Amino acid sequence: MSPIVKLLAQRIALSLLLLLLISMVIFAGTIILPGDVAQSILGQSATPEALANLRKELGLNEPALQRYFSWLFGALQGDLGTALTSGQDITTAIAGRFGNTLFLAFWAAVVAVPLAIFLGLLAVRFKDRWPDKLISAVTLASISIPEFLIGYVLMFVIAVKLRWFPSVAMVNDSMSLLEKLNAIALPIAVLTLVVLAHMMRMTRAAILNVMQSAYIETAELKGLNAFQVIYRHAFPNAIAPIVNVVMLNLAYLVVGVVVIEVVFVYPGMGQYLVDHVSKRDVPVVQACGLIFAAVYIGLNMIADIVAILSNPRLRHPK
Amino acid sequence: MNRHMQYLASQAAAGKLSRRDFLGKAAALGFTAVSANLLLSNAAQAAGPQKGGTLRMALQGGSTTDSLDPALTTNQVGLMLIRMWGEPLVELAPDGGIEGKVAESFEASADASVWTFKLRPGVMFSNGQAVTADDVVATMDRHSGEETKSGALGIMRGIKNVRADGDTVVFELDSPNADLPYLLSDYHLAIQPNGGKDDPAAAIGTGPYVLKDVNMGVRFVAEKNPHYWGDLGNADTLELVVINDNTARVAALQSGQVDLIDRVPPKTAKLVGRAPGVTVHSTAAAGHYVFIAHCNTAPFDNNDVRMALKYGINRQEMVDKILNGYGSIGNDTPINASYPLYTEFEQREYDPDKAMFHLKKSGHDGGILLRTSDNSFPGAPDAAALFQQSCASAGIKLDIKREPNDGYWSEVWNAQPFCTSYWGGRPTQDQMFSTAYKSDADWNDTRFFNEKFDQILVAARGELDTAKRTQMYADMSAILRDEGGLICPMFNDFVDATTDKIDGWVEGVKGQPLMNGYAPMKMWVKA
Repeated sequence: MSPIVKLLAQRIALSLLLLLLISMVIFAGTIILPGDVAQSILGQSATPEALANLRKELGLNEPALQRYFSWLFGALQGDLGTALTSGQDITTAIAGRFGNTLFLAFWAAVVAVPLAIFLGLLAVRFKDRWPDKLISAVTLASISIPEFLIGYVLMFVIAVKLRWFPSVAMVNDSMSLLEKLNAIALPIAVLTLVVLAHMMRMTRAAILNVMQSAYIETAELKGLNAFQVIYRHAFPNAIAPIVNVVMLNLAYLVVGVVVIEVVFVYPGMGQYLVDHVSKRDVPVVQACGLIFAAVYIGLNMIADIVAILSNPRLRHPK
Repeated sequence: MNRHMQYLASQAAAGKLSRRDFLGKAAALGFTAVSANLLLSNAAQAAGPQKGGTLRMALQGGSTTDSLDPALTTNQVGLMLIRMWGEPLVELAPDGGIEGKVAESFEASADASVWTFKLRPGVMFSNGQAVTADDVVATMDRHSGEETKSGALGIMRGIKNVRADGDTVVFELDSPNADLPYLLSDYHLAIQPNGGKDDPAAAIGTGPYVLKDVNMGVRFVAEKNPHYWGDLGNADTLELVVINDNTARVAALQSGQVDLIDRVPPKTAKLVGRAPGVTVHSTAAAGHYVFIAHCNTAPFDNNDVRMALKYGINRQEMVDKILNGYGSIGNDTPINASYPLYTEFEQREYDPDKAMFHLKKSGHDGGILLRTSDNSFPGAPDAAALFQQSCASAGIKLDIKREPNDGYWSEVWNAQPFCTSYWGGRPTQDQMFSTAYKSDADWNDTRFFNEKFDQILVAARGELDTAKRTQMYADMSAILRDEGGLICPMFNDFVDATTDKIDGWVEGVKGQPLMNGYAPMKMWVKA
């Protein structure tokens, strides 16, 4: 077996183990939470009889360990169970929501990633001159402001005052792609502003680091212009840290945008998860947790693999 | 001048004069904004509803975990959906009376212990099936019995037997209850085919609309029900989106994406109303924000401690600062002028001297722990801080503990001896008292056990003489006010808002927010 295949197999096995551990942590967490699912479903208007009846029906009287394992074996067979609260099949319910989340994350990434890398390269090219300072100031300001505030400001100016784009980013199946993109224009803008700085700063730092190497000086002495030096020589060597930070931000775009979803009323995974956490709907919370964990682990794994493949020293470990 | 105003109002209703210009002219003629708005809404009603179009609304309260089963509905979005597809036997009328829905008429036996409801002929479910008395009996059956999970179980408990008799349904009660029609107007009790026993969440009923697109906690689309018997429902299509975030909901209205929203935050309501084309509607209601003390737990088992707290609260300040004026002052009883048999009595004022007197008399020494959370009512932590300050001037030391939102209703409310909470109103005094202040009430959250109170409550149910009954309820309010564990500083108004693309709002409708939940069916989209 070639060392690379072995490395990859190791990574994947580790990731799966991590997922299993995470499912246990999530389950333990949902048990520690105060209140129980029956009380949360019926809310303030719960009578003791109604509570007892609902608990019995939901199987909440069975031991926790038994509930956990029966769910785990179901999940291994692709059956995430049914939601305690609504009785819906979780896999079907999540599929649409997750699709929406990926849709938003994809288009935000399409805008944000090239823009961040381009701005990072631009900042390196004009290091310590006004374009560099302007880019840094603007992106650092946008990452420092809480995302909901950026959301509200854009909503007020662009949706309420100018009426260019809608304030409610509610997409549904009957909309065309163009209508959907119009609907999610504002959330994309906010997400781009939020993730831009991190990726841009890392691109700038990684390339500047490489730029101090001897071979860059050689390239310059060969007579290449500044952009060619950055693009042909510095960028390939700086790719590992950049991919790392890009993947982290992609993961954020998938799993961390619940605030944006609430502000713009976007029907993604975040709101779905929050609703079910507050109702103690353990199967749904676990399913969401598992999917989120899988996204995080998967994207980080891709970053690792790219780092390994792009670096000959990691590709041929001693 | 009055005729001139009416002419202007009719011009405005016909769209020949903008609402803003109309209000400006009205103010110039010396009319207050309230009376001018009333005139305008009367003129719009007179001009008559227009049919067709899509009425879009954004409401708070929906969640992806909701069910369409009316028995399990707990929030405003669920209530609105039931209003669209279903109907109870009878409904609360805009003026606080009772009007027939699935039942055309009803009558009580002389002692109000047997009630007969006559079904309206020709009413059909949205699947084309005729409504029978058996369907009604099955519906009542599904919401009663110890096996049910229904939110209406408490209501059904006093009903001994429900039986079909031709085209009538007969309710036999354990004890007389003159308010039975009010109880049966509860939104959970929408009549379903075979009581919804086959498919509780099918959303098949006798309402003016049928649900076409259902996306729980996100978006709903409803279209006219071709089998509907009545005249509700002007728009061809209703679109309901769930927007729980206050700022986002208001922005959706201001940017014209929706034309009707509920729960405008009182703090910004005045600013919202200033936006072009937006009108904010404030409706006095029976809901109230409260501080509740357990009457059986030290130190609150001493009535002097309770009285000290009642004199130590500045009610007007709470109405001004917490509700920003969108509400009215409370009097330590859950009853206000929204109730049909209300009697006004002396308002209790903030009085640090009396508070100090009662505290000394009680012999209590040391701090009193008040628990609060953000979700116990909007602005609850701020209200607790105000309470703390007004108590401090009376020498009462109030300690505030901020509890997490999560689990507040199961761990703190109805469990800890002193906390903040809220109550939605009920249509009648009997229902409010029976729900929370009778010794054996399901939600006796003040642990109030008073034999005399219970006796009058039961006696009042069988009392068909309105004057006597009114007096009984006044006596009960007095008992609560002077002995109860309820400290009620304020009644919150419903604050809703509409754009000028829809018309037909009626001021002062009793019951739930948004014209008792009928705004989307009674209003219309302007052509």
